[in-house]
Amino acid sequence: MKPFTPFESRLVPFGANNIDTDQIIPARFLKTTSREGLDRQLFYDWRYDAQGNPKPDFILNTPRGLGAQILLAGDNFGCGSSREHAPWALTQFGFRAVISTSFADIFKGNALKNSLLPIVVPHAVHAKLFALPEEAKIRVDLASQTITLPDGERVEFPVDPFSKTCLLEGVDELGWILKQSPAISAFESGHPGTLNTLA
Amino acid sequence: MSGNLRTLSQKVWDSHIVHEEPGAPSLLYIDLHLVHEVTSPQAFQGLRERGLKVRRPYLTIATTDHSTPTTDRTLPIVDPIAAKQVKQLEQNCRDFGITCYDLRSSHQGIVHVIGPELGLTQPGATVVCGDSHTATHGAFGALAFGIGTSEVENVLATQCLLQRPSKTFRVLVNGALKPGVSAKDIILALIARIGIGGATATVVEYAGSAIRALDMEGRMTVCNMSIEAGARAGMVAPDDTTFQYLNGRYFAPKGAAWDASVARWRKLPTDDGAKFDREITIDADVLEPMITFGTNPGMGVPIGGAIPDPSQVADPLERDSLVKALAYMGLEGGKPVLGHAVNVVFIGSCTNSRISDLRAAAGVLKGRKVNPNVRVMVVPGSMEVKRQAEAEGLPDVFRAAGCDWREPGCSMCIAMNGDQLQPGQYSVSTSNRNFEGRQGKGGRTFLASPLTAAASALTGVVTDVRTLL
Repeated sequence: MKPFTPFESRLVPFGANNIDTDQIIPARFLKTTSREGLDRQLFYDWRYDAQGNPKPDFILNTPRGLGAQILLAGDNFGCGSSREHAPWALTQFGFRAVISTSFADIFKGNALKNSLLPIVVPHAVHAKLFALPEEAKIRVDLASQTITLPDGERVEFPVDPFSKTCLLEGVDELGWILKQSPAISAFESGHPGTLNTLA
Repeated sequence: MSGNLRTLSQKVWDSHIVHEEPGAPSLLYIDLHLVHEVTSPQAFQGLRERGLKVRRPYLTIATTDHSTPTTDRTLPIVDPIAAKQVKQLEQNCRDFGITCYDLRSSHQGIVHVIGPELGLTQPGATVVCGDSHTATHGAFGALAFGIGTSEVENVLATQCLLQRPSKTFRVLVNGALKPGVSAKDIILALIARIGIGGATATVVEYAGSAIRALDMEGRMTVCNMSIEAGARAGMVAPDDTTFQYLNGRYFAPKGAAWDASVARWRKLPTDDGAKFDREITIDADVLEPMITFGTNPGMGVPIGGAIPDPSQVADPLERDSLVKALAYMGLEGGKPVLGHAVNVVFIGSCTNSRISDLRAAAGVLKGRKVNPNVRVMVVPGSMEVKRQAEAEGLPDVFRAAGCDWREPGCSMCIAMNGDQLQPGQYSVSTSNRNFEGRQGKGGRTFLASPLTAAASALTGVVTDVRTLL
């Protein structure tokens, strides 16, 4: 993973609550054994018609959807399945942050592990972002945990401190957990289990 | 002293903390890791890239369920991409020394059906799987939750996960269910009440007389759909019903180890007076069969109830979401779902594919014929469920009624394996999600209980099973 650096981008607004991971990437695309090549499958059933042609009125098929790095969505974004293919598809398309009033738990965890920043803002800020003109740009700075609106308003957002460090340094959790190996071994000696799936 | 009073989930959490330090989440030990073909290949690939082994292969079990056909097992998988994914899991399990119940195994089945039936799922354990319906296993008093593929890799490599504790949420279901009303209706009613995000970032404990009265399979149905309200996990305190279910199962402790385990498990229930962050009460006496009308599991009503009218919804995003859902479903606000024509009935999934679900459906279908306009698929949750159903003669009941009796797997719940709705078709489904396209692109899903599904199969329209009992 690359270190997460500050950036400025236009917004792609999705005016719906409860956008589930089956919309972000439909289940039939999960038969892949790779984590690559998922950008075309992002929001596939909203994005393409039955013949596989882009639907001209869908926002990702309009100039507004091209090159923008921030998705603006309604409440409870990413609900449903635990598929990590959802943040993989979003980041491969080019998104680096999703702004909403709330996120589903598993999606949020998966996003943070893939350099996709879930940004929770209060309802008033959320409404203000939806009302911004198309060309307006937002600045995202993880180090200070702020977004800056075009009028200069700075809005703080919460981030788990451990995830923040991982994102800023571009490292994943596994390296840290592996370093705890002595503690894991000690726990196992103190808690002998009975389960053996190899039996 | 109230500071020492703990809930069930807090007790399981506390007993699995491996390491804690400031600025980091808790490192939690995982007792059981369930693996399937869809969310694991990239995790095994990650292990290979880092040169890591699976730390505890004997705490891991794999099966194929999502991409697998529910047709004749002696034939090769037609879809080459699915075939490759299934083969990849088998190869990964061989390479890393993990037991895999593949399509040739007599233990194969939906991962959340086989864990409990093999006695792998035990009270007080931490259970994870790269699948959001892992909450199912909470029915045994386990802390069980779905994880992403990066976390699958973490667990394979270290048998641990970094986790923050969740808030606690008790759902008391008091009273007793009326005939025709089942565990599925409890959970659909709860989600309709609190909404699809209503339990986000909480661990739900289901309690009260109506939960106590459920058998283990009913409790699994309730816990299974905890994620549909956003919950991290759903749990039921273990009791004699739990122990009777587990006793003698293949991986359950035996002899002195069994007695010691039961003694330990009896200490798990929430202490009297322990505080929950949130609590609500549901009156089981007045629950009715539930049906969903929209495109998420929170969009549900009692079977005779009217679909909400978008013009009555104040919040603009909420209203737009409802308008969009009804447009997709081809339904109108203010009207009932009851009586709406259906094309397909699906009885199956990790929510409702166990033997008691099949018995309930068969009880309605026995000696009757399904409506000729309806395709009815009955998909047992596992090879073991299939064998039990055969021993009881249930496939004959289903076939005589005009249903299609199939091989075990996730099937039309997630429509990855070719079992799918055609665009525009309506289904009554015993599964857990009615998201757009979930059962096939353009398909429209009404979620309901096995009883409601069977009743609707007979009439060809969404039907109140109580009229047929």
